Amino acid sequence: MEGVFIQTLVSGLLIGFLYALIAVGLTMIFGMMDIVNFAHGDYLMVAMYFSYWFFVLFGMDPLYSLPAVTLLLFGLGILTYYLLIKPIINAPMLSQIFVTFGVLIFLRGLAQFLWKVDYRMIPQTVLSGNIHLGDVYIGIPQLTAAAGAIICNGLLLWFLKKTRLGMALEAVSEDKEAARLMGINSDRMFALAWGIGIATVGVAGALLTSFYYVFPEVGANFGLIAFVVVALGGFGSVTGAFAAGIIVGLVEVMSGFLIAPQFKFMFVLALYLAVVFIRPQGLLGKK
Amino acid sequence: MKKRLQGFCLFLLFFSFTSLAYAQDEIRIGVIFPLTGPAASTGHVLLEGVKLAADIVNTQNNLNMPLAKTIGLPNLKGAKIKIIPGDHQGKPEIGMAEAERLITQEKVVAIIGCYNSGITATASQAAERYGIPFVNDSSTSPSLTDRGFKWFFRTTPNDDLLSENFFHFLNDMKEKKKINANPIALFNENTLFGIDSRKYQEKYAIKYGYPISGVVLYPAKSTQLTSEIQKLRSYNPRIVLQTSYIADAILSMKSYKELNFAPDAILANNAGFIDPEFTKALGKDANYILSREVWAKDLAKNKPMIKTIADMFEKRTGKPMDGSSSRAFTATIVLADAINRAKSTEPAEIHQALLETNLKADELIMPWDGVKFDAKTHQNMLGKGIIVQVQNGEYYTVWPFNLATKDVVWPFPKWEKR
Repeated sequence: MEGVFIQTLVSGLLIGFLYALIAVGLTMIFGMMDIVNFAHGDYLMVAMYFSYWFFVLFGMDPLYSLPAVTLLLFGLGILTYYLLIKPIINAPMLSQIFVTFGVLIFLRGLAQFLWKVDYRMIPQTVLSGNIHLGDVYIGIPQLTAAAGAIICNGLLLWFLKKTRLGMALEAVSEDKEAARLMGINSDRMFALAWGIGIATVGVAGALLTSFYYVFPEVGANFGLIAFVVVALGGFGSVTGAFAAGIIVGLVEVMSGFLIAPQFKFMFVLALYLAVVFIRPQGLLGKK
Repeated sequence: MKKRLQGFCLFLLFFSFTSLAYAQDEIRIGVIFPLTGPAASTGHVLLEGVKLAADIVNTQNNLNMPLAKTIGLPNLKGAKIKIIPGDHQGKPEIGMAEAERLITQEKVVAIIGCYNSGITATASQAAERYGIPFVNDSSTSPSLTDRGFKWFFRTTPNDDLLSENFFHFLNDMKEKKKINANPIALFNENTLFGIDSRKYQEKYAIKYGYPISGVVLYPAKSTQLTSEIQKLRSYNPRIVLQTSYIADAILSMKSYKELNFAPDAILANNAGFIDPEFTKALGKDANYILSREVWAKDLAKNKPMIKTIADMFEKRTGKPMDGSSSRAFTATIVLADAINRAKSTEPAEIHQALLETNLKADELIMPWDGVKFDAKTHQNMLGKGIIVQVQNGEYYTVWPFNLATKDVVWPFPKWEKR
């Protein structure tokens, strides 16, 4: 029983780190420009397809193609900003919602058109297998994904807090006008935020592809969880999203194990509701 | 200029009339499947099954099957079948809206669908309201035919019968292989399919004396199934009876391997486990899964027509035929046969003809004794299931023993010994 408990705990932690990484990009974009990117999970889907095709066409393991996928997604993020987001940056919220929702439908439709509805999976990757510690089994792909998520989150935090460019990003997110007076080009900062925000799901997608199947709607499941994580951690807070990702992973797994699996999302969403009622700005969000 | 415009309008008008006139020579059949959403891969396979059957009816084929040897429906002046697809996206409310759209706008004479039991339930309500025959090809929740609907017919055997097959199989295994099958645990998804299956699994477990040590229900749209599998493991089952759709079937197998969970047998309730994507996505990790099935290609050993049809299917789609597409195919043949005998596209006539359906075993590509609907529930009374096992990435019939083409591998080998 004890072993099972620890196993569940470990599994919750591992998936939690990944949830955090997926949510970080979402919260960053929101924090910078108050735009909710509904298509966030679908960029994850695109990243997973890229990883998959790198494997099928060039025989590259998802782990090795990760830098390329991340760069591609970075580019896609910037492209999205200039093509779609920039024209609506001062538009009413409803228009912004429609644009990102439109991207969601477009990406799903495109994926289904190009790659059909099949479930695709890479059968054997360099990361296959698992580690056995007493009663606890840890899948190596899951462990790598969690480690990758921690590293990526750490790098992002370092970038935002310690580098000039990162501080400029933070400045724009604090006060767009004041930053502009200081000579920061807010337009380029927004583009950068989209690039980085989407690149983080690129990393997550590449890591996920070594143990998860890809299909056109795979983003839907992860996208919903990312929203809960962002709301729980506080809109715009990168550290908050990191903590919240772990909490959501643990709550999902533990409530499933201790109470009943069919209610696990109920507990995750109940947690979300509780935060909205008690602390609307989220755990680490600013008021 | 004005004249030319008038001419153009006249031309358009004329064109629309000719297309209307043409439309009367075709029998429009609505088909509702999950063409997008999590079950989309199965949905497209089902649709292809229907289309293949329609093509066989519409063209001349030398097959021992109703309407194969003739072109179109002979009793309706050779009218051809036209399939009008609808997409329910895996959502009950959309299934219902699609049924309404097909009936009111597309003017279909009958509907086939919808795979997911929960959606068949709502879509068939729309058909019932409009009085249009609804032939269900592959939803197995018994409650669907217990509703006493007038217009609802089901060709596939339902979970009641198919669940009982599991225990016949286990009894046979006990007798022949001296296996120990206690205790059993259930691992089901929590929509209508999984919940209904549970009811029948529990009913027959009690009837045949197999103790159940635990039941785990899980949300089908999970991103992970770790806690579920931990819970399952804590029940120490020798046999897991699992009910899953394709995405969660793949995910659960991956997680079993990750967590090194290997009971003596995983007996799956078809659906996700017999989807062609299942073996394709999992490769050798799909091996040794046992699933109840309604169809397998190796049944051709006793019925060569099965191979002919399966090859035709594979040639068109590049995918192997499976229990879903073969049932969609069969439902289409059954419906076409009824419309032909009805000699009319009037719903009431088709309804009467469906009630009088009596197809023989050798006219079908299924392992059934035939198709004959119960007068009250409209459930096909002659349906029958088999049990298949994945060996080297292929499905082989392993039970009933007289139809088996391979010996069953028991127990399920431990993950590290593969």
